Amino acid sequence: MQKEAEIRDPLILGNKSYHDITKDVSLPVEGKANKYWWILFSLSAALMLWGFACMAYTIGTGIGVWGNNNTVGWAWDITNFVWWIGIGHAGTLISAVLLLFRQKWRMSINRSAEAMTIFGVAQAALFPLIHMGRPWLAYYVFPIPNQFGSLWVNFNSPLLWDVFAISTYFSVSVVFWYIGLIPDFAMIRDRMSTKISPMRKKLYSLLSFGWSGKSKHWQRFELVSLVLAGLATPLVFSVHSIVSMDFATSVIPGWHTTIFPPYFVLGALFSGFAMVETLLIIMRKVVNLESYITIKHIEYMNVIILLTGSLVGTAYITELFMSWYSGVEFEQYAFINRATGPYWWAYAIMMTCNVLTPQLYWIGAIRKSFVWTFILSIFVNIGMWFERFVIIVTSLHRDYLPSSWTMYSPTFVDIGIFLGTIGFFFTLFLLYSRTFPVIAQAELKTILKSSGSEYKNK
Amino acid sequence: MMNNKTTIYGIFDDEEILLSSVKEIRSNDINIKEVYSPFPIHGLDTALGLKETRLGIASFIYGCIGLLFAAVLINYIMIWNWPQNIGGKPNWTFYHNMPAFVPIMFECTVMFAAHLMSITYLIRCGLYPGAESDSPDERTTDDKFLMELEVSGDTNRIKDLLSKTGASEINQKDS
Repeated sequence: MQKEAEIRDPLILGNKSYHDITKDVSLPVEGKANKYWWILFSLSAALMLWGFACMAYTIGTGIGVWGNNNTVGWAWDITNFVWWIGIGHAGTLISAVLLLFRQKWRMSINRSAEAMTIFGVAQAALFPLIHMGRPWLAYYVFPIPNQFGSLWVNFNSPLLWDVFAISTYFSVSVVFWYIGLIPDFAMIRDRMSTKISPMRKKLYSLLSFGWSGKSKHWQRFELVSLVLAGLATPLVFSVHSIVSMDFATSVIPGWHTTIFPPYFVLGALFSGFAMVETLLIIMRKVVNLESYITIKHIEYMNVIILLTGSLVGTAYITELFMSWYSGVEFEQYAFINRATGPYWWAYAIMMTCNVLTPQLYWIGAIRKSFVWTFILSIFVNIGMWFERFVIIVTSLHRDYLPSSWTMYSPTFVDIGIFLGTIGFFFTLFLLYSRTFPVIAQAELKTILKSSGSEYKNK
Repeated sequence: MMNNKTTIYGIFDDEEILLSSVKEIRSNDINIKEVYSPFPIHGLDTALGLKETRLGIASFIYGCIGLLFAAVLINYIMIWNWPQNIGGKPNWTFYHNMPAFVPIMFECTVMFAAHLMSITYLIRCGLYPGAESDSPDERTTDDKFLMELEVSGDTNRIKDLLSKTGASEINQKDS
């Protein structure tokens, strides 16, 4: 058995046994949804349907229904795309990177963080698809032999790198998630009675792939998890690096910088952890997981937010310095325009929410408070959305040729689609919280004796 | 005379007791058929004498196949079938154009290594949608640890050993 220093705070509170963990994790699946769940679900589903209607309108009429114009050819679509992809990154960091570092606190939160990754990346993938205008031709992005002669995709283009990066990221995340889910589905299957809920037993039996927990299977399970974590770690860094190259390899002032890959990866982790916090602070209450998702977990995440937030702030200042130091007039103007031009308010929101407010986490009382964390996590979510808006729209709306300078403002369709993806994301997450084991209970049981409060006090 | 093959199930409440029992029983030259547990137990595979899994090696090979697949695909499309001048990048040899191909070659390596390894894992463990669990006791996914032994002849010695080493419950099934 692993031993742990006594001064470390416990990660599982209360007098829990293995059976208690089983019961607590199965409870949301076996029980009925409460009122709050239904309220949240109805709201999310309504938003989702409105989003779908706006998407249908876009596809039926054309991209002209958006606020994009000749100068600002990319706007909310790619802002939302990058925002959602970034949110996904924290899930992989928690499940893969923290596994390699043997961080025990990842156990209670990795399942939901990975779910967030998958649902977030699914939202992100919608945007390039809709922006194609003819989404039924989406298969053109893959190198498929076709009837048009030698019509191939361009492997020199970061947009194609993105296709490969995101499809790999999405599918590997799903596999990693599912491999971990199999033993937990088996646990739920074995608790279901054939008499009371035969259909559900059958369903969980299908989902659990006949798992029985043999020693050889566990040995392979552990190795597969480790290797997948080892593969997912460079993968997650590559994904947002490649997303940043969509911008960095172009010659638009404000985009053409080598700092973009690390800066985007850090920003992604920063926003992803904020979204994990937003979700988990609600979820621990709604499905009674207060003993497993403790203030200690939140504090650890706040430390990561403080670190990545400060690094993102450093990147913003480095960018400003580099634009001045480059001596390039266009580059310098791009940054002066960001901070003082017509979109100064977006820049101010970005700076406040990403650089200033996370610094409050230096204060212990704020770092260890659920209420403060919840508020500040929303700030980060907003700030990181505006970061992408600032990078994309303010760089495009005034570049080399003043005669084509213009302004961008979203239409109701842009707003509807964005809100729709938020609704879609929460709908998926709420359905997940009622049907899936939201805590990786098999893994959590392995740390009960080293990190459970009852065992630590013995 | 009845068939003398008997299966004995020793059920344990705690993984540490199970682990010491496994060591004790194996030191008495008794073969343990299988152990079912709700979570992976550190050191159980060596205590049971299980061989190391070779899935890691398999994953490495799959990754190499992915890398090769990407290189061959890109070489065919971008160099051989239809070379294009894109931003003046050298396009007549794979070697010169390769820096731009690194991201996709990397992604294909990861994609092949991860997916093929996971598929191999599922096949090797006999896990697929519709497979039935063969655990003798449903509580082994909850909080019980089960040791399965196949005995021919006298079962009492093994039952004594199990209860002496801490089994909370001992069942038997005659076949």
